Amino acid sequence: MHHDKPFTIAGHTFTSRLIIGTGKYPSHEVMKACHEASGAEMVTVAVRRLDLKAPKEQSLLSFIDTTRFKLLPNTAGCYNADDAVRTCHLAAELGLSTWVKLEVLGDEKTLFPDVEETVKAARRLVKDGFVVLPYTSDDVIIAKKLEDAGCAVVMPLAAPIGSGLGVRNPHNIRLILEAVKVPVIVDAGVGTASDAAIAMELGCDGILMNTAIAGAREPVRMARAMKLAVEAGRDAFLAGRIPMKAYASASSPMHGLVHQ
Amino acid sequence: MQVVINGEPREIADGVTITALLTTLGIDLRRVAVELNEQVVPKARHPETALAPNDRLEIVTFVGGG
Repeated sequence: MHHDKPFTIAGHTFTSRLIIGTGKYPSHEVMKACHEASGAEMVTVAVRRLDLKAPKEQSLLSFIDTTRFKLLPNTAGCYNADDAVRTCHLAAELGLSTWVKLEVLGDEKTLFPDVEETVKAARRLVKDGFVVLPYTSDDVIIAKKLEDAGCAVVMPLAAPIGSGLGVRNPHNIRLILEAVKVPVIVDAGVGTASDAAIAMELGCDGILMNTAIAGAREPVRMARAMKLAVEAGRDAFLAGRIPMKAYASASSPMHGLVHQ
Repeated sequence: MQVVINGEPREIADGVTITALLTTLGIDLRRVAVELNEQVVPKARHPETALAPNDRLEIVTFVGGG
């Protein structure tokens, strides 16, 4: 069996192809258990104003072992390039790292990316020395522009953020996989383990998810299911599926039957 | 003098530094980043950066997100 090629982003190699979030868990303790169960090595975080009325409230980072999990700050909630770039500079000061998940939203209802602003922000951030992982639409032209801008990966959505609708655009994801050389990470839309497997079977390099785990009835069990699904999907992709046929093809020999 | 911290106007003593302000507010200096008038102020410069009237400060931290 051939070994898989390593999952490398900007020179950093990960064993796990799953990246997960830190939002919407029932508690910090459940989040921590999910991080463990998922096998992920990178987790996303958001940058927000400190609550000045409760400055001593237990910090998110006391539940994340940053020697084991790489932090990936996001720009969620930003609707233009200026706000996103500003948030990235704050994130770099907070996390002492230049890795960012760039997310410039266009609309509150769909949370689809504003790709024009995303490309603009990506160009500025790359120039400022950031390692940029952009959330984007499933548009192959925009994916190419983000790669050309110097992004470390491209992260097309599979369906709207938090929708759990699964991989609604396998053809478009395939086109992106063909068109870019940087890793392709499906970001958003996964609802359950089979969705993650489908994305990996398409040949995606990784998956980023939050709600599918945090919102499950048993988040820790779902975190484990996602770990297994990502591994299974990757193996199935590498193994190569059989072609689909219109009619049956017997698995048992047709000769040597006792009634012959 | 008045400054604006995280969008809220506040009265603080004249000439207070960022470090002194954070300490007064009971904030753990290690877990925040500070922006003064939309420019990040690196931690190393907090002790020497004095605030002026009408300065706008953002004090941010990491929270859960996807």
